[in-house]
Amino acid sequence: MNDDIPTLRRILKSCRTIAVVGLSAEWHRPSFFAAKYLQEHGYRIVPVNPRYDKVLGERCYASLRDIPHPVDMVDVFRRTADVGPIAEEAIAIGAKCLWQQLGVHNVEADARARAAGLDSVMDRCVKIEHARLFGGLHWAGVNTGVISAHRPL
Amino acid sequence: MADRRFHPETLAIHAGQIPDAATGSRALPIYQTTSYVFDSADHAASLFNLQTFGNVYSRLSNPTVAALEERVAALEGGRAAVAAASGMAAEALALTTMLQQGDHVVAASALYGGTVTMLAVNLRRFGIETSFVDPTRPEAFAEAMRPNTRAVFAETLGNPSLQVLDIAAVADVAHAHGVPLVVDNTVPSPFLCTPIAFGADLVVHAATKYLGGHGTTLAGIVVESGRFPWDNGRFPGMTEPSPGYHGVKFYETFGDFGFTMRARMESLRVFGASLAPMSAWQILQGIETLPVRMERHCANALRVAEHLRSHPQVSWVSYPGLPDHPQHELVRRQMRMVDGKPGASGLLAFGVKGGLEAGVRFIEAAQFMSHLANIGDTRTLIIHPASTTHRQLDEAQQRAAGVTPDMVRISVGLEHIDDILWDVDQALDDASARR
Repeated sequence: MNDDIPTLRRILKSCRTIAVVGLSAEWHRPSFFAAKYLQEHGYRIVPVNPRYDKVLGERCYASLRDIPHPVDMVDVFRRTADVGPIAEEAIAIGAKCLWQQLGVHNVEADARARAAGLDSVMDRCVKIEHARLFGGLHWAGVNTGVISAHRPL
Repeated sequence: MADRRFHPETLAIHAGQIPDAATGSRALPIYQTTSYVFDSADHAASLFNLQTFGNVYSRLSNPTVAALEERVAALEGGRAAVAAASGMAAEALALTTMLQQGDHVVAASALYGGTVTMLAVNLRRFGIETSFVDPTRPEAFAEAMRPNTRAVFAETLGNPSLQVLDIAAVADVAHAHGVPLVVDNTVPSPFLCTPIAFGADLVVHAATKYLGGHGTTLAGIVVESGRFPWDNGRFPGMTEPSPGYHGVKFYETFGDFGFTMRARMESLRVFGASLAPMSAWQILQGIETLPVRMERHCANALRVAEHLRSHPQVSWVSYPGLPDHPQHELVRRQMRMVDGKPGASGLLAFGVKGGLEAGVRFIEAAQFMSHLANIGDTRTLIIHPASTTHRQLDEAQQRAAGVTPDMVRISVGLEHIDDILWDVDQALDDASARR
């Protein structure tokens, strides 16, 4: 895992299509919060959840392998124990980044993704990191760790 | 490559503020506005649902206030912070977010008088009981714990008796019972001590004091460590759908800054003791020089303490920076070293020979030391706690708070040390002269 500020900035700038594995359609669930936020900030969300046909106006797929177009990032809202096969699928479909959400930290999956040349992030929220580095989280009084004499990008 | 860990001197100037996106302004703009426009109805809905971060109304958040919040969170080594209109408002914000009717608090007996009153009188009216214990004995906290205890509260350096809290030991007691330790860190300021590093879960400040440092502006702040497990079954308000905020589960949704979000969106939103942007800006001007001010406050206070200890008109001196203070070893362990000595901040207490009457004469005879009820100013301040800040407490409470009738408290300022010692000497001479 490499999650210093320059690396996270590069990942969040280069990944534009994000498959969200385990995305819920219920508005108050964290996965829905995060995906809606990312949609509003210009990312294309690809829901992955066998329970739904459509979430947030996007077609929902049962698995990563069913997605008929390239995906940049695989964002995982599943239990730590379940991440292994998802990492294998992320590698198989040519994703550039495996991102395990806050509370999800499968170390073997992290090592496997890195060995296959993917960026890998664990135990962080894509929404929170985006808001931390590109503005927004600061307004909630959160310690962003950003020290800079440059205007925000 | 790991991100750089910046020193407090750097954080005091930079944390929470990068050049303004719209104008490039290097200094922090004062966003003097009540409200913020929505881009669309959907944007408004997202903001109200907390699905996107942004500003709605300055009672909840304001970009100038946010700079203060992030800066203090960074200085304290915390995850997030929420500001309030005063130190008391910050304490009330922390405790009313955490507690409900039927809960119990274990608190240090040596606290600022207003805090004792909030716990013993005001919160009690709402069905929250507090047991007060000797803050120098961690086992006293353990003995007072009950099944319904939901918080432990203490000051790093008790005001005005300057008893020192063993933060790690008391944090262990709190955590063994699954409850957070809340520490008021006003007197040391985060430059001299960071309670979160020793296990505290929430830190509160009267930013009015050393953080602002100039005696101009009221402000308070609550900092969250991000480490307390709010899902341990004792804090349903953090884990169950919020009836006060249309079903949001704060801990699940916001994780390690869930308490701060709940304090902001539930408590600050409805009780409304928010900090004004102009006040946040003034406190931030002070924080930029906090490290250099604290070093001088410590050096001057140590000189005053040493001087008083050898003065014939003084019966006792309490200053945690003196090597013979009973808790000096703890001070060495918890406080930053300043010039090779543990920085014990600028507060000290002493007794004037001749008791209450001589103490009052000392205060009235001072030439430039100001007689007023504040601490942490550039100016040297003096007060007689028994008749002022702790006047609302009965005699037993005063004794428990370490307030004796002859006690004079000095908040040593940044004037030249020789001038401070001169004013102390001439006032002591006057106090001891027969009239």
